[in-house]
Amino acid sequence: MTFLTHLFNGLTQGSIYAIIALGYTMVYGIAKMLNFAHGDIIMVGSYIIYTCMVSLNIPSVFSILIAMAFCTVLGIVTEKVAYRPLRGASSSLAVLITAIGVSYLLQNLALLIFKADPKQFSSVVSLGNISLFDGQLIIYGYMLVTIIVCVVVMVGLTLFVKKTKAGQAMQAVSEDRGAAQLMGINVNATIALTFAIGSALAAVAGALMCSASPTLTPYIGTMPGIKAFVAAVFGGIGSIPGAMLGGILIGIIEKISEAYISSQMADAIVFAVLIVVLLVKPAGLLGKNVQEKV
Amino acid sequence: MNKPNITKTTKNNLFTCGGFIVLVVLMSILRGAGALSNSVQGYLVPLCIYIIMAISLNLVVGILGELSLGHAGFMCVGAYTSAIFSKCTEATITSVPVRFTLAILVGAFCAAVFGILIGIPVLRLKGDYLAIVTLAFGEIIKNICNSIYLGFDSNGFHVSFKDTVSLGLEEDGQVIIKGAQGISGTPKDSNFIVGAVLVLVILVIILNLVNSRPGRAIMSIRDNRIAAQSVGIDVTKYKLMVFTISAAFAGVAGALYAHNYATLTATGDKFNYNASIMILVYVVLGGIGNIRGSIIATIILYVLPEQLRFMRDYRMLVYAIVLILVMLYNWSPKMKEIREVLRIKIRNKFARKRVKEDIQI
Repeated sequence: MTFLTHLFNGLTQGSIYAIIALGYTMVYGIAKMLNFAHGDIIMVGSYIIYTCMVSLNIPSVFSILIAMAFCTVLGIVTEKVAYRPLRGASSSLAVLITAIGVSYLLQNLALLIFKADPKQFSSVVSLGNISLFDGQLIIYGYMLVTIIVCVVVMVGLTLFVKKTKAGQAMQAVSEDRGAAQLMGINVNATIALTFAIGSALAAVAGALMCSASPTLTPYIGTMPGIKAFVAAVFGGIGSIPGAMLGGILIGIIEKISEAYISSQMADAIVFAVLIVVLLVKPAGLLGKNVQEKV
Repeated sequence: MNKPNITKTTKNNLFTCGGFIVLVVLMSILRGAGALSNSVQGYLVPLCIYIIMAISLNLVVGILGELSLGHAGFMCVGAYTSAIFSKCTEATITSVPVRFTLAILVGAFCAAVFGILIGIPVLRLKGDYLAIVTLAFGEIIKNICNSIYLGFDSNGFHVSFKDTVSLGLEEDGQVIIKGAQGISGTPKDSNFIVGAVLVLVILVIILNLVNSRPGRAIMSIRDNRIAAQSVGIDVTKYKLMVFTISAAFAGVAGALYAHNYATLTATGDKFNYNASIMILVYVVLGGIGNIRGSIIATIILYVLPEQLRFMRDYRMLVYAIVLILVMLYNWSPKMKEIREVLRIKIRNKFARKRVKEDIQI
């Protein structure tokens, strides 16, 4: 039974990683950049929800919607101000460093506004717990919500990318930016849309993350951001089901090794698994191995 | 012509090394005269450490053209192994220069071994996949260093991941690494002169490597891997070589680091990806592939946040904004055009005769 508890913990954590990883993988697939500031957008989203709920007494659902709207705008603005001017720069490192700059900027802004002391977050989910097997396995409300939200987001995104015009434009841009432009697709708008979706997802992830571990500091976004990036690579970067699979696997591996091996070494084990997987499958679990043209 | 045959690159390199020596002499004189405040003296050695880190990372990022986000991990390996060596031999090797030299070599060697270990996946991965593997590697190293316990007694080394008691040491044994508390009591052998000499040695090695036959082979891999392969360059060999050399230098920096502070821990931001990214920022702002630029950028970017302390909480905010603006100014294609136009305009003001031809360009 304890194993099942750990498994559920892992599944919850993994679902959060998966939602963040979806944002990561979409941005990477289309803009071909590692957005190091993605984790900090989660942090910003969490602070917005905190402010709305605690200081302004807004119901949690509306708080999350406000945070999503704010993060969407934030994503579009950072893309426009910091990343778009560097598109077509001679080195892809330029935009990477700028993203790091944006990450520092967001962290320090949060530090200035909300100060360094950790804020206590109350869960955004007010569902009861489910008790199974005579109370040996308790599934908390936020766990169920997290897992359901994750599945809904994934299905929704897949449908969006496959069925809508904007989604197909995204696919086209990620495959060949130049050709997409020639077909009349507005590349800049498509990339901005991707950032908007990714950032909105980050806000959702922030809400869920803070329900699971309710302490809020300006640095909470960094490690989940990195883990989600690992999850995206793990599942095959650019692939939506891959991000989902990667996220959940990373979450489960992390929680199981925390419980059975060593809580300090959990991160090391996650990263070691990533290295092994990449050695066997260099493009990730569900990634396509693109042949190099000579 | 009786002039000695000095090429432009040699001149450039001599200028780089000479400039650094002048800087070091200047700082030494200032320090001797007591013109430097304590805080400035405090960051002379870290500056040397980060210069070594930046120029060795530039070897991977700039010369080989692969992105590495785990450079601080190699530094961590070098720091820990050299500190263990110094702690174990403190009683037997009494001569400080000999012991410290050996410690640096041990640190460099161990980091190089890890460089080979991480270099092997390099052969299969490229681009951002490689970046994430190096990042993962750095985090693993940091994590292990944070949770390992190591003791030394007459039976040799004892390792545990639990606590000091489970090491099972004999009475004469000493605990070297105490988990997250790290290593304390490492002899403080580092000083500015040693750091500066090491920077100079590594600088000469790297500059010579870049301008040698292997160096040109490495750069050809960066510019076009397939073309390089087709003219018979062993891509695997050179990639591994660069990773190993760069890791060894990071190990040297780590050894300097370990012997500069009384306690060595892997907690916080010292050896994690934030540290690696900070060094990457130095490299990119200094100019990818430009060794001299790395040194200048390291000095400016290391000193800048320290000098901005009067701004208190706004310090890192200003740093972040400066970073973004500099990147946009340096790399944005539009800014490049604007700069080009400005350059031509300024030049035309001084040379009126060629106005018409230049504007047409």
